[in-house]
Amino acid sequence: MCLAIPVKVVELRDGDQAMVDVGGVRKEISLALVDGIAVGDYVILHVGFAIQKLDAEEAEKTLALFAELDESMGGEVQPERRYHIMEFCGGHTHAISRYGLSDLLPDNIRLIHGPGCPVCVLPIGRIDNAIDLALNKGVILASYGDCLRVPASGGLSLLKAKAGVGNLRADVRMVYSSADALKLAQDNPGREVVFFAIGFETTTPPTAVVIQQAERLGLTNFTVFCNHVLTPSAIANILESPEVRLHGTVPLDAFIGPAHVSTVIGSQPYEHFAEEYEKPVVIAGFEPLDVMQAILMLVRQLNEGRAEVENEFSRAVTREGNVKAQNLVAEVFELRKSFEWRGLNEVPYSALRIKAKYAAFDAERRYGIEYKSVADNKACECGAILRGLKRPQDCKIFGTVCTPENPMGSCMVSSEGACAAHYTYGRYKDASDPSPQPSPRESGERGTTKNAVGT
Amino acid sequence: MSNVRKGYIRPVDFKHGRVDMTHGSGGRAMAQLIEELFLAAFDNEWLRAANDNACFAVPNGRMVMATDSHVVSPLFFPGGDIGCLSVHGTVNDVAMSGARPLYLSASFILEEGFPLADLKRIVDSMAQAAREAGVPIVTGDTKVVEQGKGDGVFITTTGVGVVPEGVNISGDRARPGDAILVSGTLGDHGVAIMAQRESLGFETSIRSDTAALHGLVAAMVAAVPDIHALRDPTRGGLATTLNEIARQSGVGMMLREEAIPVRQEVEAACEFLGLDPLYVANEGKLICLCAAEHADELLAVMRAHPLGAEAAIIGAVHEDPQHFVQMETGFGGKRIVDWLTGEQLPRIC
Repeated sequence: MCLAIPVKVVELRDGDQAMVDVGGVRKEISLALVDGIAVGDYVILHVGFAIQKLDAEEAEKTLALFAELDESMGGEVQPERRYHIMEFCGGHTHAISRYGLSDLLPDNIRLIHGPGCPVCVLPIGRIDNAIDLALNKGVILASYGDCLRVPASGGLSLLKAKAGVGNLRADVRMVYSSADALKLAQDNPGREVVFFAIGFETTTPPTAVVIQQAERLGLTNFTVFCNHVLTPSAIANILESPEVRLHGTVPLDAFIGPAHVSTVIGSQPYEHFAEEYEKPVVIAGFEPLDVMQAILMLVRQLNEGRAEVENEFSRAVTREGNVKAQNLVAEVFELRKSFEWRGLNEVPYSALRIKAKYAAFDAERRYGIEYKSVADNKACECGAILRGLKRPQDCKIFGTVCTPENPMGSCMVSSEGACAAHYTYGRYKDASDPSPQPSPRESGERGTTKNAVGT
Repeated sequence: MSNVRKGYIRPVDFKHGRVDMTHGSGGRAMAQLIEELFLAAFDNEWLRAANDNACFAVPNGRMVMATDSHVVSPLFFPGGDIGCLSVHGTVNDVAMSGARPLYLSASFILEEGFPLADLKRIVDSMAQAAREAGVPIVTGDTKVVEQGKGDGVFITTTGVGVVPEGVNISGDRARPGDAILVSGTLGDHGVAIMAQRESLGFETSIRSDTAALHGLVAAMVAAVPDIHALRDPTRGGLATTLNEIARQSGVGMMLREEAIPVRQEVEAACEFLGLDPLYVANEGKLICLCAAEHADELLAVMRAHPLGAEAAIIGAVHEDPQHFVQMETGFGGKRIVDWLTGEQLPRIC
């Protein structure tokens, strides 16, 4: 869900900055979210910020675990039973597709791609808001590269708004880090800069840092359009859906827990799912071996009838997570009563907004942004796919009307989306795997169910 | 040009001067710029003739022609600049037919206000690239657009060449069983350019691989005249180029990830940005498809050439009515290597 990589700290610099190295490539990053870092340490880097320190001892233990992987996977999987495992996080979806991991698993393990891709779950109405800001309010809109192609209403996207609509042209700038957005505001004192903030718990702390920095600097031309969302609420929403909880029509046996989100929130929040819903959770890193190891750990739990939270990614995830980052987020943000997720509809207490204390940096307040929900294409099956009800290839517009070039639904938007991943990496399998095509009538009905589930 | 009487006009100020509208007006200022800059740098008999065209004899055989517009930001980057790039790009497009490139034309669109010092640097770099390639720039054009209507300088080059007898290289000739070769590491150019973009703030020693490949092609064609297809994987990278050939030839391909050469630094920079090196541009690499029995011989010839030292056989062609390019991943699974979607943008997720 969040692109983050381990990097080595090679030099500490003033103002919580550090120089890091990956395979000979160097970049200056911020250490504002981590304490006690020394030269030679490895940290996990996300949008220009170190979000957690890597534990070298734990990394070696994990390596030792990998050694036994080959032999034991086949032995553990019981041929007569089926295993339905959801990887919540888009990063895992991407790794599974990118390395062709499902080819390496026994046929009775089915992986269900969850909604953990921040771009995919961003509802159309919020992108419409961002486009409106950039087109009609004359601001510089700073956005992560991911958001630029996401389709909004009327065939628009930020990229198209940048190219121009009628006589209007949106000033949209792509940034690598929230810190770059802040710098834009400093460099353009005569312009108002709005940072289009999206992402899960990994990406939220860097946004909190720049809001506080903007306050310290006394900037009056910098605001944040906050769209940060929360992982546990989305997992709860899926587990609470009638298909999973009441009817059991969607078998969902276990979860692979997100990697980088968990470095920030820790493993503790998942304990509730293990207890309340009796679903095992294993938090896994993004290397292909991490994913395979996590699947093996889940298979073992299911075989033994356990439902616990286990941590495969112990080299970066602790039970408590990154407390400094959590405190920062709590200082700047508060819960929203409800937030619309693309594909899941309104999910209660699933997102954050900027506290009144930092109102001066809140774009929603400054520009009086009003949210209007916009429905997906009627034939779109994203809701059903995100819940494991259907597979991408079961959707009748998959690969025809809906492609990565011209996405209709959220799952086709980012390479982490279930549909885009299958389209980009896996669709060659469909020719040899004829699956029943749902009739238009049937999919229409499913679409209605989707709405009922959300309320 | 000969009617411009030297000594009566102040020489062009290549230190502090800037391009202005008169440099494209057709008048004296333009003639002076052409003489003192372009003619001086590209110097050859055709330009000295001072016609609006170049007249030359053509060897027997089939002729090849290719054109390429160059817009790159930044204009100067580690390993090259827009000048040498504009020579290499077109020389390579001509060479990918197996041809010997003979002549180039160059057309400049300059933006008002562009520093003449930068322009001189670019033109000198072009001249050097053309000299090294042995392909003279024999005709050209200069236009100036108002400030804000260009991006410093755009350069369009066109090249012509002649294909040796018995050589028939084309993107529709890939056949099941063919081997797929690549001449070296992938993604160097695109990453070198991206690292220079101010917002990303990287420090790397990665340099653009920009180079003229006709020498390498000549050696390959001499060893194996029956090469089926050649192409330089520029925009869209290896993935997009192979998909083009797969579609043109109506075949499928299977690559081996482990065999594809990518520099560690390029891999690392791509990881930073969430990009895939297979989709990143190259300016000095080629992809070659040939019958399997010729693959080892070609590989040896490529590796013996300085621009092919890291050449590798990366996969094979097979029958596939859907024309998928697939890859066995380093981990043992399989996946599609699809066309590039949209533009490669740095991502957070």
